[in-house]
Amino acid sequence: MNVLVLGANSDIAYAVAEKFANLQHADITLASRNMELLEKKEADIRTKYGVQVRSVYFDALDAESHADFYKGLDPKPDVVLLSFGVLGDQEKAQADFNAARRIIETNYTGAVSILEIVAADFETKRSGTIIGVGSVAGERGRRSNYIYGSAKGAFLIYLSGLRNRLFKNGVHVLTVLPGFVNTAMTEGMDLPGALTLQPEDAAGDIHSAFLKKKNVVYTGWFWKYIMMIIKAIPEFLFKRLSL
Amino acid sequence: MKLSGWGNYPRIECRGQSFETVSELRKMFAEALETIPRGMGKSYGDSALADHVIFTRRFNKMLDFDRETGILTCESGATLSAVLDIFLPEGWFLSITPGVKSISVGGAVAADVHGKNHHRAGCFSECVIFLDLMLPDGRIMRCSRSENQDLFRATCGGMGLTGMILNAAIKLQPVASSSIDETIVRCSNLDAIFDAFDQYDKTAYSVAWIDCLAGGSRMGRSILMAGDHSNSGPLDPPRAPGLSVPFDLPGLCLNTWSVKLFNELYYRKSPSRPEHRVVSIDSFFYPLDGIGRWNRLYGKNGFTQYQLILPPEAGKKGLRRILHRIAESGAGSFLAVLKLMGPQNNNLLSFPMAGYTLALDFKIEKKLFPLLDELDNIVIDHGGRLYPAKDVRMTRSVFQKGYPKWKRFVQLREKYGLSNKINSLQSKRLGI
Ligand SMILES: Cc1cc2nc3c(=O)[nH]c(=O)nc-3n(C[C@H](O)[C@H](O)[C@H](O)COP(=O)(O)OP(=O)(O)OC[C@H]3O[C@@H](n4cnc5c(N)ncnc54)[C@H](O)[C@@H]3O)c2cc1C
Ligand SMILES: NC(=O)c1ccc[n+]([C@@H]2O[C@H](COP(=O)([O-])OP(=O)(O)OC[C@H]3O[C@@H](n4cnc5c(N)ncnc54)[C@H](OP(=O)(O)O)[C@@H]3O)[C@@H](O)[C@H]2O)c1
Repeated sequence: MNVLVLGANSDIAYAVAEKFANLQHADITLASRNMELLEKKEADIRTKYGVQVRSVYFDALDAESHADFYKGLDPKPDVVLLSFGVLGDQEKAQADFNAARRIIETNYTGAVSILEIVAADFETKRSGTIIGVGSVAGERGRRSNYIYGSAKGAFLIYLSGLRNRLFKNGVHVLTVLPGFVNTAMTEGMDLPGALTLQPEDAAGDIHSAFLKKKNVVYTGWFWKYIMMIIKAIPEFLFKRLSL
Repeated sequence: MKLSGWGNYPRIECRGQSFETVSELRKMFAEALETIPRGMGKSYGDSALADHVIFTRRFNKMLDFDRETGILTCESGATLSAVLDIFLPEGWFLSITPGVKSISVGGAVAADVHGKNHHRAGCFSECVIFLDLMLPDGRIMRCSRSENQDLFRATCGGMGLTGMILNAAIKLQPVASSSIDETIVRCSNLDAIFDAFDQYDKTAYSVAWIDCLAGGSRMGRSILMAGDHSNSGPLDPPRAPGLSVPFDLPGLCLNTWSVKLFNELYYRKSPSRPEHRVVSIDSFFYPLDGIGRWNRLYGKNGFTQYQLILPPEAGKKGLRRILHRIAESGAGSFLAVLKLMGPQNNNLLSFPMAGYTLALDFKIEKKLFPLLDELDNIVIDHGGRLYPAKDVRMTRSVFQKGYPKWKRFVQLREKYGLSNKINSLQSKRLGI
């Protein structure tokens, strides 16, 4: 099995890659921008699990390059985990459209561009798994991060459509909805300890959802219920809340 | 964020940052006014506490393992338990391990930790082939017994005060199985346990649980646990973490009476004649790691560990005085451990030296610190010292008397531009 990790420098993605290498002895293809870091991760996985690992440069924002990037992969992946993303700065994004665009294009446009290429390959092979990491922020817009949230929301809709399309070809699409995870993205934020997962725990949830062929998984499970409540609040009330 | 050591005392507001690449760290060093490295925060007191701390948690990659020599090169945030998870099933074990595995390699070097085999194998630095150290100005120094020796001798045991340990090459030992052949010896008083340590001197590992509340003729009654790696048996992976204590228990749960009761039961349940058994590496080395966050048992005011060492001959007298004073005070220590240590090494601030080390956990309460001040005097009078990795309250003068090389350490800090850049609450208190 070969697992392609897009945005492999994400702490969550890396922890998932370790699960695949450890528990399934899968070969790993790490793809991200920061190559200094990727090469260390490559050594880490090889040293720990003795599997084949390679690092490839990948920039989600450079859609032009995606076809060549995928063409260059040999062997082609059996599982693709898409985990890149930027949270960005909401206030900056309100004031400067270029900042907003970067959030939207990384989390949504870039994801669509690369996953369409992967989907075409999996569709003809009639096998494969696509794991897309969204966010609970994509389930309801909030003033503190709605630009990011809307891009994630679009991505969630995209994934459900992709699942619908690829189902008949035997391709599995898994949507991941993380709540709070203690990673580089959330460093310095005051997250509620009891609701915050470590990347390894989130990775455990994602890996077992993969094995069980689930469609959607929240990490951790309680976020499903938190979001049920948040989604049930009527809009006239929701707009008054400061969340 | 609020941070504390394992003892949950003191608990202070800190700013913490983590890094994953050398360039990120270099930038943090340049921007921070003053900072201290922090590994897994398992030192008991204020060694890894300051207004600004740099976490090594994400700087934890394993870079190379040589299956011929057993030499592992890894980043300092890698934990000992990650090393065991990967390499124990392949037949490799740490050459030196403390009684806890959820610590970082960097923390093991910085405290130059010791284990149950100190009498034969020495401190953690014995298995360190080389270190890469980043100074606050961003320079990276390779340190070993032959290169930048002054920095190597200061960094092993230097409590993070010489800069950030980036990578370490450590030598693992081959083992035939993941089991330990253990012998348990019940000793009815202090003389009996001193003898037992001598008798089991050839055994690779030894440590004793001691009842610090027993007085009179039973003073120092103990249970010695000695062990060697089994020559046969399976190579099982380490155990997964167990249940955790979910919240701070009321401090009342641990008092003189509960400790007395526990000690009595524990002593009695052990066999009256030496007994052999085969146990797992986890239960022999890391009995407490089975219960996550057991530090909460001590209540929200926290606790501290008082670990002292005394040279062998004067030490026997000194230990009697100390145990007498503790039994008299009734300050119950749930966990009390005694061990015979081997010779001291050449590092500037490493704690171990030939003699007996005693470690006692105490709940933080008003009457505790005056008692510990009294014990300090006994320790110093008998030529002993305290372990900085456990300490949260020793005075400058007690430290300086125990560690005569402290001045060289301070000079080295000045020479490499560390004095004003890298500091913990502890280094300020101790004046180093
Ligand atoms: C249950 C328990 C049992 C223990 N048993 C033993 C024992 O048997 N023997 C023993 O010797 N100790 C023992 N200890 C103490 C423990 O091993 C040490 O305190 C060790 O230093 C903790 O490592 P850490 O990663 O948690 O470091 P921290 O507590 O985070 O830091 C400890 C010190 O190391 C420094 N440091 C950490 N990482 C780096 C780095 N990368 N570069 C430079 N400096 C760094 C910090 O600045 C600090 O001064 C025990 C502790 C517990 C909780
Ligand atoms: N952490 C949370 O609490 C949380 C909650 C909900 C959802 N999520 C989502 O979960 C995913 C992973 O999050 P994380 O916390 O693990 O994030 P992270 O550690 O911050 O990592 C995100 C990674 O995305 C990569 N990336 C960013 N822009 C890229 C681009 N243009 N091209 C390629 N790679 C790019 C970066 O790698 P390079 O440095 O190599 O570019 C970065 O390391 C994200 O999609 C995030 O939105 C996280």
